[in-house]
Amino acid sequence: MSAVKRQAFAPNWIARGLWLALFVYVVYALGILDVSWDRFVRGLDNGARFLGRMFPPDFGAKKLDLLWEGMVESFQIAVLSTAAGVILSLPLGLLAARNLMPAWVAWSARGIIALCRSFHPVITAILFVKAVGFGALAGVLALILASMGFISKLFAEAIEEMSLKQVEAVRATGAGFFNVLIMGVLPQVNARAIGFCAYQLDSNLRNSTMVGIVGGGGIGAALFTAYQRFDYDFVLTILLAIIAVIMVSEVVSGQLRKAFQ
Amino acid sequence: MTPSDRLPGGVAGSTVRRWVRFTPGQRIGRTLAYLISMIAIVWSVRTIEVIPEFLYDAPEQAVDLFRRMWPIDWSFWHKMVAEALVETFHTATLGTLIALVLAIPVALLAARNVTPSVGLNLLAKFILVASRSVNSLIWALLFVAVFGPGALAGTLAIAFRSIGFVGKLLAEALEETPVGPIEALTAAGAPRGSILLEGYWPQIEPSFWSVALFRWDINVRESAVLGLVGAGGIGVALDTGLNNLYWDQVGLCLLVIFVVVIATEIATSTIRSRII
Repeated sequence: MSAVKRQAFAPNWIARGLWLALFVYVVYALGILDVSWDRFVRGLDNGARFLGRMFPPDFGAKKLDLLWEGMVESFQIAVLSTAAGVILSLPLGLLAARNLMPAWVAWSARGIIALCRSFHPVITAILFVKAVGFGALAGVLALILASMGFISKLFAEAIEEMSLKQVEAVRATGAGFFNVLIMGVLPQVNARAIGFCAYQLDSNLRNSTMVGIVGGGGIGAALFTAYQRFDYDFVLTILLAIIAVIMVSEVVSGQLRKAFQ
Repeated sequence: MTPSDRLPGGVAGSTVRRWVRFTPGQRIGRTLAYLISMIAIVWSVRTIEVIPEFLYDAPEQAVDLFRRMWPIDWSFWHKMVAEALVETFHTATLGTLIALVLAIPVALLAARNVTPSVGLNLLAKFILVASRSVNSLIWALLFVAVFGPGALAGTLAIAFRSIGFVGKLLAEALEETPVGPIEALTAAGAPRGSILLEGYWPQIEPSFWSVALFRWDINVRESAVLGLVGAGGIGVALDTGLNNLYWDQVGLCLLVIFVVVIATEIATSTIRSRII
């Protein structure tokens, strides 16, 4: 028998060390978060009771009316925040494109975008609820900020990646700044921009289910009320409705993106 | 044939070929998309419920809000924020790790080339969509009801929300893997586990870690607000400030969240450009 043991795949000791470090961190973090087996088991017990109260979902006529109202409002919030967000994002994204704008303009526009992106919609929703009161408007304003952060960033990146040859060609004909934009820049980024918008509509619909928890209107408000009243069967109805709507909207936004490819 | 189709000065009878950018179907689709969006926007503007009385003093309220936040109450840092911040960090990290572990089997089931069964694919896709459509705040509500308030609920909320995102991207990465190494391993008679570990894993490893990093960045943001529904972290400090109307404490929390978010963004983009 040969003494050399052949191994098809040699062990990677550095990777093993990193895995071990990860394991140690997990144990440490579980300790910090006060996660114990005992608590987990008790939780499972609670969870069984919780699920028991959720089933069967409540499809009473009165509840369905509430559900419909909330869903319609969520949809309105999503549509309006996307539309306004897109309208505001186009100039902001253009200002942030480093290949078309002087550096100081681009960097200040990028600062605004970073500010929009860094706060979670729920936090901006809280601030807007204080400023404009409870209701759908606060939700719309919060999601407009979130949309601006997302769309302008991607729009600016799309502009930076486009080919400058067409821009130069249009400029060579003596076109002014706006003509260059309309004839040289927009045709190149249009399809991608519509793709972002479709994606953002989808994402705003998801987030519009959440701003209601802090008073920003929509289905989230109905969900939170039902939760606080321990109407868990209605909570399940709302959750199922949300999942169904998001599934449909994912398909629709996928089709939309395909139509504009 | 219309007169304009004739080539000027060309051979009699030869026509200009007309190039059309879009097929009629595409044009109809685009027009419909524009039309439906316009209708949806107009309808939403006209029917959304806005209480105008609240709007009159909105600018004053906004100014008032910021005036109350200033000067920021730094003493709140030691009282609550420092500890909550560490908790937020652990919630996000641990939640991401749990999500990665849970997402792998679902992704394997969802990838059509790994699991050649339409029923299982659809089931896995449904799990992924359900996880993504329920917002992390709503997941947190559910877990608070089950496990009680605290970071455990937050960690699980982060994990369950991330499964959909991570699983979807992993399944896509799996479906894009070239079949060469897989066929070679199969031909050598490797068992199923070895095919997964030595055939698929090395090919998806880079995208796995980049997805993990990307999701961790998002999760730090999300775990910062989970405390609003009692799921631990800096959101609890924010909620306390809001409920007591101590806007100077709220100001501190917002500042801390802002700094943390910017710091994680810088950290993740540095790691991504260095390693992946």
